[in-house]
Amino acid sequence: MITLKNINKTFKVAQRGKGAGAAFKALFKRDYKYIRALNDVSFHIGEGEIVGYIGPNGAGKSTTIKVMSGILSPDSGQCDIMDFTPWKNRREYVKNIGVVFGQRTQLWWDVPIADSFDLLRDIYKIPAAEYARTLDMLTETMGLSEFLNTPLRQVSLGQRMRAEIAASLLHSPKILFLDEPTIGLDAVSKLAVRQFIKAVNAERKLTVILTTHDQNDIEALTDRVILIGRGKILHDGSMQNIKHKFDTYRTLTITFSPREAPAALPGAELVSWSGERAVYRLDTSKITVSSAIGELSKTLNILDMTVETPPIEEIIAGLYAEHGI
Amino acid sequence: MIYFKYVRMVIKSFMQYRASFWLTMIGQFFVSFFAFLGIYLMFARFDNIAGWSFGEVALCFGVVQTAFAVTECFARGFDIFRDFIKQGTFDRIMLRPRSTILQVLGSNFELSRIGRLAQSFVTLGLAASWMDADWNAMKAVTLIFMIVSGVFIFTGIFILGATVCFFTVEGLEFINIFTDGGREIASYPLTIYAKWIMRFFTFIIPFGCFNYLPLMYLTGRAEGRELLYMLTPLAGILFIAPCLGVWRLGVRRYLSTGN
Repeated sequence: MITLKNINKTFKVAQRGKGAGAAFKALFKRDYKYIRALNDVSFHIGEGEIVGYIGPNGAGKSTTIKVMSGILSPDSGQCDIMDFTPWKNRREYVKNIGVVFGQRTQLWWDVPIADSFDLLRDIYKIPAAEYARTLDMLTETMGLSEFLNTPLRQVSLGQRMRAEIAASLLHSPKILFLDEPTIGLDAVSKLAVRQFIKAVNAERKLTVILTTHDQNDIEALTDRVILIGRGKILHDGSMQNIKHKFDTYRTLTITFSPREAPAALPGAELVSWSGERAVYRLDTSKITVSSAIGELSKTLNILDMTVETPPIEEIIAGLYAEHGI
Repeated sequence: MIYFKYVRMVIKSFMQYRASFWLTMIGQFFVSFFAFLGIYLMFARFDNIAGWSFGEVALCFGVVQTAFAVTECFARGFDIFRDFIKQGTFDRIMLRPRSTILQVLGSNFELSRIGRLAQSFVTLGLAASWMDADWNAMKAVTLIFMIVSGVFIFTGIFILGATVCFFTVEGLEFINIFTDGGREIASYPLTIYAKWIMRFFTFIIPFGCFNYLPLMYLTGRAEGRELLYMLTPLAGILFIAPCLGVWRLGVRRYLSTGN
């Protein structure tokens, strides 16, 4: 369904020093810096897949989404999506995709959401019967009915995001690109958005590519992640695999009594300790979680404890270190 | 047609801010009213300018004002296109299965320019009765040609100005030389200017095609080339073609550079 082969993209960015002198100089002579936004990016995504596209800010996520949605042409490489080359034949191609930018709206700010939907119906030339059916389905599954007739500027962010995703599905696209769909949402809205994405994926065999910084999005929606850093694909495969590879420690936090310095643990490092609370970092190759707890409970009365797996950011940092970038 | 559906959307949004709408509309009425007053006062002192009477200059002024007001109504999207690039709105436009030109046109409809338009029509009407032309059907048609041609030419300039935004988002004020400046220059018959200005605004940016040349016909100065001068506004319309071509280049450039 989606195949990218050796996609490269370099941006030319104007450089300017600090201060008035440099600003003046820039009026006459510009220095440019070249930024390699995409470096030999290749992957394949099949029909009906949900893929998490992750990486830090500036890694090339949005650039890839732009290339795949046909609003940016790469310097070299091939991109074949449903037998289209996205940046050629734009008007035919974009009928097949839906795109949601979490930070930007595609709806009209001052008019009721329903009016925006109606205009989209006309833009995409959706037949009336099909439109009514799709809109009913979306209204129900996304719970839009209570704010469908409210102007966009008066709805909450969570409601807005639900409306945005619904808007991108009105024309029944085959592929949905979501650029940070849960950014800024509260827990309830995040859950609603995730559930919805799952539901449409299952019902319509919709292919979904989403970028996110929230590892819970990934965990809830998919096991396949493509990880990009500085324009390069670092990993393409299951999230579990990455985790496993860099999952070398656990963070153990205990609350205990009496108030005294906790004992040292072999194979673990005491990260912090204050009064009745201590945080250990367990090297899982040297000590297991259960033996650490066993050891500690010999001398301490443990009142409460949590065990945390490393956050996704650290896993990614580990991958960077491995790839030397 | 989809364009009108876009426009309906803009009008609906507009109605949310009614007070602002009326104030801008009244303001726009007076902007062009004072410009006209300037011409009137000048003619109160001088009988004619380079042989052109008050009525003739007023007609010229009225045609330009009308064309400009209509253009600002319809093509305002291109006038504020810089914001489209800065805010990423153009990405959204690229994602819709419709022509970019149509979407930019539909993105904005400056209803408040109707104030200006109303004033321009008043001027046109008055000027037509002041100048001593023997009005007939042919001349009336020519007058309509002039306005339509003016709309196309101003729209073309707006598109050119917008296209520049694909290449740089800095220092775009210079395009105002051709929009606001062009409007001022074209408000008078071009013969009152130096030769090179006249040539530039006839053959490069064809303001002359929609006011000066057909005005020669309207005022009986055509000297045997009536038909030619009558049809020059249609030649002016062709100006839009290279503008659309340049726009296409701009979109291609945007495709390869992003924003």
